[in-house]
Amino acid sequence: MIELRNLTRHYGEVTAVNDVSLTVQTGQIAVLVGTSGSGKTTLLRLINRLVQPSSGQVLIDGADTASLPVHHLRRRIGYAIQGDGLFPHRTVARNIATVPRLLGWPKSRIDARIDELLALFQLEPAAFRDRMPHQLSGGQAQRVGVARALAAKPDLLLMDEPFGALDSVIRAKAQSDLRDIQRQLGTTIILVTHDIQEAVQLGDRIAVMDRGRVLQYDSPAQILTQPATPFVRDLIGPTERAFRLLSLTGIGPITMPGEAHGTPIARDATLRDALAECLWSGRDALPVQGGGIVTLDALRANAAQDRQ
Amino acid sequence: MSPPAILVAILGLVGLWLPLVQFKPNRIAAGDSLTLAAALEAGWPVALGLAAVLILGCLRYWSPRLRIVAAALGIAVLVLSLGAAASQLVGPDNKLARVSPASGFWLMLLAFSLMWADGVTRMRPSLRASWLMLAGALAQVAALLLSGQLADVSVMRELAARQDTFAHEARAHLILAFGSLGLALLAGLPLGIAIYQAPRWRGPVLAVLNVLQTIPSLALFGIMIPILGWIAATLPGAGRLGVSGIGMFPALVALFLYSLLPVVSNTLSGLAGVPATARDAAAGLGMTRAQMMFQILLPLGLPALLAAVRIVLVQNIGLTVIAGLIGGGGFGTFVFQGLNQTAMDLVLLGALPTIALALVSGIVMGLLVDQSRATRGQA
Ligand SMILES: Nc1ncnc2c1ncn2[C@@H]1O[C@H](COP(=O)(O)OP(=O)(O)OP(=O)(O)O)[C@@H](O)[C@H]1O
Ligand SMILES: [Mg+2]
Repeated sequence: MIELRNLTRHYGEVTAVNDVSLTVQTGQIAVLVGTSGSGKTTLLRLINRLVQPSSGQVLIDGADTASLPVHHLRRRIGYAIQGDGLFPHRTVARNIATVPRLLGWPKSRIDARIDELLALFQLEPAAFRDRMPHQLSGGQAQRVGVARALAAKPDLLLMDEPFGALDSVIRAKAQSDLRDIQRQLGTTIILVTHDIQEAVQLGDRIAVMDRGRVLQYDSPAQILTQPATPFVRDLIGPTERAFRLLSLTGIGPITMPGEAHGTPIARDATLRDALAECLWSGRDALPVQGGGIVTLDALRANAAQDRQ
Repeated sequence: MSPPAILVAILGLVGLWLPLVQFKPNRIAAGDSLTLAAALEAGWPVALGLAAVLILGCLRYWSPRLRIVAAALGIAVLVLSLGAAASQLVGPDNKLARVSPASGFWLMLLAFSLMWADGVTRMRPSLRASWLMLAGALAQVAALLLSGQLADVSVMRELAARQDTFAHEARAHLILAFGSLGLALLAGLPLGIAIYQAPRWRGPVLAVLNVLQTIPSLALFGIMIPILGWIAATLPGAGRLGVSGIGMFPALVALFLYSLLPVVSNTLSGLAGVPATARDAAAGLGMTRAQMMFQILLPLGLPALLAAVRIVLVQNIGLTVIAGLIGGGGFGTFVFQGLNQTAMDLVLLGALPTIALALVSGIVMGLLVDQSRATRGQA
């Protein structure tokens, strides 16, 4: 569990982070969203003490991080830097091996870990292990950056816009992979983005930041249905809100027994997928793979319920 | 027509027209100047051949490779002509007569060297090819010197008469130039690292080093004499450690002081030029300050450091000549002896190896810099 208590950081006149308090439960993904310059990166770097707080505390599992030697603290916390921050003079493998080497892992274990991570991020180990960073595309470099952050199996992972350089297809894949990896390992993740859709898809909790303050810290559904301030509502984009909300929930709860015609929809599809399919194919009801149907009426009723 | 080649041709043709050698019956007598055509038995065909190469070199479609080969041949023919002219003019038993290269020789040497450089620039050789070409050029020079064809040229006669001192002064020159560089690295690297870590000290430290750099070299060597002489005389034991007002020690100190600024400022700019993201990542992943310095900052700052080593080395090889003035040894000894006796051959005996050494060191270091960049894709 990570606890931020009244964290503040000034840079001269600018207050980059202003009295932020929030808690992230173990195994959760917390997403920081906000416009450029709102203090997301600074807040993230306060957690691994790359930035010293002007005031306030960071507690990990109840222990104040100020009491630990910084390099020990940081080796336990994975950090995927904004951009990729790869060391340009070291191979991909050597980059990924950074923290395990600092921790003194045996070579065989490090090598196995490198290959495991490269495979996990869809980078063929034999082809990528010995490449230099300048021989990677932007998206590949970012994935190596994330792999490096994960190398020593940290309990806490800080990620600063890790998917910024990926195209929308690979991005969606990377997001769902991150979800899977996180579920498997039970890692706690704090992730920065300025893409609200990414926040809604990945976050267990979302913190909306503006000018150093956290305006709202809530579940995605809460943020979408009950924005705390006009700023939050604008950030969500009022016209997009309905679709974002629909994309949060699977069709499971509104699936009912029955028969319908046409191509069936996948069992793990979201409400948004179902609505889109109804509108596109001009059907009032869709069969669900493995039995049952979803109807347009049920979708509408569900949305009305959310609105209240 | 290519403009650099036209310049080369003009220089070379003027060189052909000017005297190749100066012939003196003895060291003091006034000399006779002879052009290549006149100095050699088969002078005219050789001169026409060289002229043809220079003029044809203006053609655009000459490939860079052809230019390099032509330049190498031109230099070989020129130097061998000098040697042959000397042998023919002085004869085997004449120990007094001297034959020295004259303005035409130097101009043609310049012309063919430019042709070589032009060829190399156009070829954009790979690192490997560059190393090979350097080795080839050195082999050519060594072959010419060792062939004995030049034995009657007066510089070589001076050399033959001074084999032992030459070896001794060459050693002294290398010790002074490389030793002062080594000392400057020993002191300058830590100092550069220190002012990188403590920005407050950058201004003052660099200011002091800048002042040192602006003292004229003769003055600095001069100042060393009383200061170190006084230290040697007053501090017991200092003399026994080699401290003295004249000789090698003050020369080493002066060269060391000159080397400090380039080493320190390039160390600083090399470290400061490391991408901020790499530094951030190193800190964020839990490296200690020392680990970050040795694993990230120094390796990434290496090209700048090597560039500093190059500057200092070339500078020191040249400056070491001045050490000859205060009895520090080195090739400067010949230069100043020659100047005192107005014996230009002796001056050349000091100057030519100095220039060659500086040139080769500069090229080698330049290639090392390129190599260190290439391995990380900054080339
Ligand atoms: N080292 C620093 N010195 C001075 N000001 C800083 C420093 N770091 C950040 N700031 C300021 O603090 C504010 C927050 O910056 P921060 O980098 O945290 O924003 P961000 O939300 O990450 O923005 P982006 O989305 O563009 O990455 C900005 O106004 C920035 O100018
Ligand atoms: Mg940022």
